[in-house]
Amino acid sequence: MEKDTIISLKNITVSFDGEEVLKNFNLNIRDGEFVTLLGPSGCGKTTTLRVIGGFVQPDSGDLFFNGQRINDLPPHKRQVNTIFQRYALFPHLNVYENVAFGMRVQKKPHKEIDARVHEMLRMVNLEGFIHRNVNALSGGQQQRVAIARALANRPKVLLLDEPLGALDLKLRKDMQNELKNIQQQTGITFIFVTHDQEEALSMSDTVVVMDKGQIQQIGTPQDIYNEPTNAFVADFIGESNIVDGIMHNDYLVEFAGRKFDCLDSGFGRREPVDVVIRPEDIKVVPPMAGHISGIVTSVTFKGVHYEMIVDVDGFKWMIQSTESQQPGDEIGMVLEPNDIHIMKKSAYSGEVGDYSAFSDEMYEEQHAAENQEDTGVAQ
Amino acid sequence: MKSKAIAAPYVVWMAIFTVVPLALVLVFAFTDRSGNFTLENIANVSRYSGVFLSSIWLGALATIICLLLGYPMAYIISRKAGGRQSVMVMLMMLPMWMNFLLRTYAWMTLLENNGLINNFLGLFGIGPLELINTQGAVVLGMVYNFFPYMVLPIYSVLTKLDGRVMEAAQDLGANRIQVFGRVILPLSMPGIISGITMVFVPAVSTFIISKMLGGGANLLIGDLIDMQFLGSAYNPNLGSAISLVLMVLILICMGIMNQFDDGEEEGGIIV
Repeated sequence: MEKDTIISLKNITVSFDGEEVLKNFNLNIRDGEFVTLLGPSGCGKTTTLRVIGGFVQPDSGDLFFNGQRINDLPPHKRQVNTIFQRYALFPHLNVYENVAFGMRVQKKPHKEIDARVHEMLRMVNLEGFIHRNVNALSGGQQQRVAIARALANRPKVLLLDEPLGALDLKLRKDMQNELKNIQQQTGITFIFVTHDQEEALSMSDTVVVMDKGQIQQIGTPQDIYNEPTNAFVADFIGESNIVDGIMHNDYLVEFAGRKFDCLDSGFGRREPVDVVIRPEDIKVVPPMAGHISGIVTSVTFKGVHYEMIVDVDGFKWMIQSTESQQPGDEIGMVLEPNDIHIMKKSAYSGEVGDYSAFSDEMYEEQHAAENQEDTGVAQ
Repeated sequence: MKSKAIAAPYVVWMAIFTVVPLALVLVFAFTDRSGNFTLENIANVSRYSGVFLSSIWLGALATIICLLLGYPMAYIISRKAGGRQSVMVMLMMLPMWMNFLLRTYAWMTLLENNGLINNFLGLFGIGPLELINTQGAVVLGMVYNFFPYMVLPIYSVLTKLDGRVMEAAQDLGANRIQVFGRVILPLSMPGIISGITMVFVPAVSTFIISKMLGGGANLLIGDLIDMQFLGSAYNPNLGSAISLVLMVLILICMGIMNQFDDGEEEGGIIV
């Protein structure tokens, strides 16, 4: 274990009704770090948080806090505080008493409580709301009360369970910045749970990508985006074209019917691999000038760019470009060595990364379903 | 417009069966036998202040006992898994399906001097104890009959409590006792207030229970009113006046109770 590790999960297994939610889970979190657990719903990220908070007992494995095993320590004795989904404020108490709650149960002196409550509310810009009923506050304000309430206890670690899920987009962006600032000011370790990859990338020092109760990849946001370890990570973080390829030598890969130079090495000779190309890295050129060429099948305006689906010998690629093409146009595509990322084959290979089932209509249906799922989770 | 039309039958119903009787009580209370206005009836009520006090005392005692027994029960039921909850609620409601008089009669046969309990104690050479025709028997009858009215409103508030709020309290350092005292109890106040109202009001004005279990010795307001309308002391004007005073007293009690409710709107209080 590293010296500045504050929380360490060792071989943690949790199952509900015979279904394993966390499988032999190992994670070390350094003191002062902003760590995000990122994954789709049901991946075990919230369960991980609840294990750390003390609300879920692992079936096996150990949880360490500052090197001490705390499996059997009840939640109220742990030096961690949680910001819950939908905040879970005390509806019978006003803003002041909500923030003071933790100090009241610890029987802190009145003067100290008063000073600390004001300090916390100043930090989250809610000083004017001190005697308000919490039910009369907007979602963003309730969120701030929840932050102040959790930080008033001076925790070593703050757990955040999709805290921004219920806010609208604009407010969510503001709160992201605010949370990041608070984390940097206080130096408290943040463990943040989200299914929003953009949120994870923009806020974290370290991102832990999870699926099916297991860690798929741990790394900085840049690592996760630029060097995904498998098809799941590549697909979950941003958009990716994932094609089958064969590694000929170090720095030489074959896919889409021709050989490309790349920057990856360390694979076996003629090893089958997954090749990831991000849609924004593909340069659109006249048909004859590209490495490969294809027919544009659909174009969608996305604001900052156009999103095009291009058919290359039956495989549908996604390209993001600021210049629009017409459906039916033939275009060429240039792939530079640093646009190409090679991954080992995994259980996820072939399941994701092809946009063939991706007409506009289906895209919208899929998004509508996802949005419904999101609000379902939030409630 | 449509909603008004739907409401019309209820308005008529309320007018005929609530407003008119109330008005009649009011009229009777302020008139003498020949129909002339008088304050004499109201003034005469003060002669029965002893009965009022003992009714309120016994009603309050029964309410407190119901609360002390009912809250833990409601809490325990609300923490059980769904299927067990409904079984337990049904078991509690089961006696309510039997006639009120029959249930009270049953207690008579249990508590009588040569009733079941005394006969049983007699086997060990104890007694006979004087169980029936005591204030204790009246309170027992009240608790027994009105207990579910205390448990149900508290239970319904407790089942709706957000588990995450309790987790949040634990998370902030509250132990079990603190979670209960600082979160669960205050949040269940609306249920407690409804429960108190639903037990106290019928307990104060009951006359069957005191008649059957209290004998003649423990006269309650209900018996007093009963006597003015059906009994030997036939005087509907005085009976109406007593009812009116009782009504005002209960309203005052409820008003005081509601002060404890912190203006919480959920849980609805029926007066």
